[in-house]
Amino acid sequence: MAEENKFKLTKRDRLSVFWRSQFLQASWNFERMQNIGWAYAMIPALKKMYTTKEDRSLALKRHLEFFNTHPYLAAPVLGVTLTLEEQKASGQEIDNAAIQGVKIGMMGPLAGVGDPIFWGTIRPVLGAFAASLALSESWLGPIIFFLAWNIIRMAFLWYSQELGYVQGGNITQNLAGGLMQKLTQGASVLGMFILGVLVPRWTSMHFPLVMSRVDVPADEMVNFGAVAEAANEGILSGDMLRGVVQEIQSGLSIAPVEVTTLQNTLDELLPGIAPLILTLVCVWLLRKKVSPITIIAGLFVLGTLGYVVGLLG
Amino acid sequence: MDIISIVLVVFVAFLAGMEGILDQFQFHQPIVACTLIGLATGNPTQGLLLGGTLQLIALGWMNIGAAVAPDAALASVASAILVTYHGAGVSEGIALAIPLAIAGQVLTIFVRTLTVAIAHAADRKATEGSFRAVEFYHIGALMIQGLRIAIPAAIILAVSPELVTNALNAIPGWLTGGLAVAGGMIVAVGYAMVINMMATPKLWLFFALGFALSAIGELNLIAMGIIGVVLALLYLQFAPEFNQGGGGGGNSSGGDPLDDILNDY
Repeated sequence: MAEENKFKLTKRDRLSVFWRSQFLQASWNFERMQNIGWAYAMIPALKKMYTTKEDRSLALKRHLEFFNTHPYLAAPVLGVTLTLEEQKASGQEIDNAAIQGVKIGMMGPLAGVGDPIFWGTIRPVLGAFAASLALSESWLGPIIFFLAWNIIRMAFLWYSQELGYVQGGNITQNLAGGLMQKLTQGASVLGMFILGVLVPRWTSMHFPLVMSRVDVPADEMVNFGAVAEAANEGILSGDMLRGVVQEIQSGLSIAPVEVTTLQNTLDELLPGIAPLILTLVCVWLLRKKVSPITIIAGLFVLGTLGYVVGLLG
Repeated sequence: MDIISIVLVVFVAFLAGMEGILDQFQFHQPIVACTLIGLATGNPTQGLLLGGTLQLIALGWMNIGAAVAPDAALASVASAILVTYHGAGVSEGIALAIPLAIAGQVLTIFVRTLTVAIAHAADRKATEGSFRAVEFYHIGALMIQGLRIAIPAAIILAVSPELVTNALNAIPGWLTGGLAVAGGMIVAVGYAMVINMMATPKLWLFFALGFALSAIGELNLIAMGIIGVVLALLYLQFAPEFNQGGGGGGNSSGGDPLDDILNDY
């Protein structure tokens, strides 16, 4: 009985793997990427299963092979590998190639799921929401961001690792099937919609360039002169002020010259059109493999030039 | 500034450096890092504002596969020290954040190359079956990533405030004005990076809808979030690729995505 227990992981062991999996990327290197981090996460389990120096050495080498995926989506792969290691340690015929095959086979598709969900949707949406709170000087911004993100993340790490552990080899089919695809698609719909909202709202582009100046005829302008005169003579009445407000509300002009800036013209055309065009150009440049840093540098030059000539402000 | 603040700032910088590679707790995200630095230096509101603004710029900065994104950790930490401790303006902090993000990117690429040697050292220890040594190398690499931000942070703290102020004052007005204008525009690059990763022809429809609705100021982000979730659920219910059982007809128009868009219009 005791002999059998040696190969069966307890919840405590699995929690230990879960905790360590958060440090998956600590020694990320360009050669084998997350390899040491992977071994580091597996160590609590390996320590329990293998006691001789030879066994431990083989186990470590097995888990120091190349590995790279989305740092959170490594959790289900860890779960599956734990099951495989359990079976191997208890004497079943599972060779290194099988374990390697499962790891490599899962990491590619899972990275493709994790990137749009976590980096593409949840973090930008949560970040944008928190930033809007922070900009109105609300402390809830950073607090909500930090708590919500880490609750979602830790719950995902633990439950997907458990799913992998319980399901074992079956998980590969589950993930390839509808559920993950649905999740990715749903998240992408939400993400793209919110991005559509954010682009015009939070990209600040203002064109103060004056397009036209038109003198406003006297009868289309609020008569402030009369009010000022009345005030000087001490005969200003409430009715006069009420009249002024009514005139403003009925659409009479306040200034003697009506100035139309490029911004006004663009707003009449379609609000937010300039940020939209800017974003689409950036997407196009990214598709042409221009690096983001180059685009940012280009925008700095463009913004500065635009400011100097008075087009942007 | 007293010693406790200095220790706290360097500690936050260390956390941000570790998170820059781990990407788990998000201490490197501007909204968290700038706020914490602001708290440590005694200027929390400035830190909060800077964090909120930088967060919008950094929305799309993500490490995908082996590609390394601009580094949010150094950008947030260093610009937060300049703003909340040395008294630079928030817009100056944002303008400085971009070159800092590039510097941080270079540093992390350097460390990620250095850790190749650590991987080989771990291999040797693995032959001996030493779990402890492998753990030691792994955590050691993490410490280097932490120092990657903590050391520059300590250097920026040590520079005299007069020097920073003089340097900032030496920047001509047309440049600061221009940088402020550009700062508002570079948010678009972050959006574009996210869009570029997710967009398929069908999804552009939802982008277009969001854009049109954004003109309605009464709909705040929470309302928009509800609309977005409803759209996503409706999409999953009705999209032909998730309803194969419902009949093959739905797939017939799936051949040409452009055709789909035109039909939808």
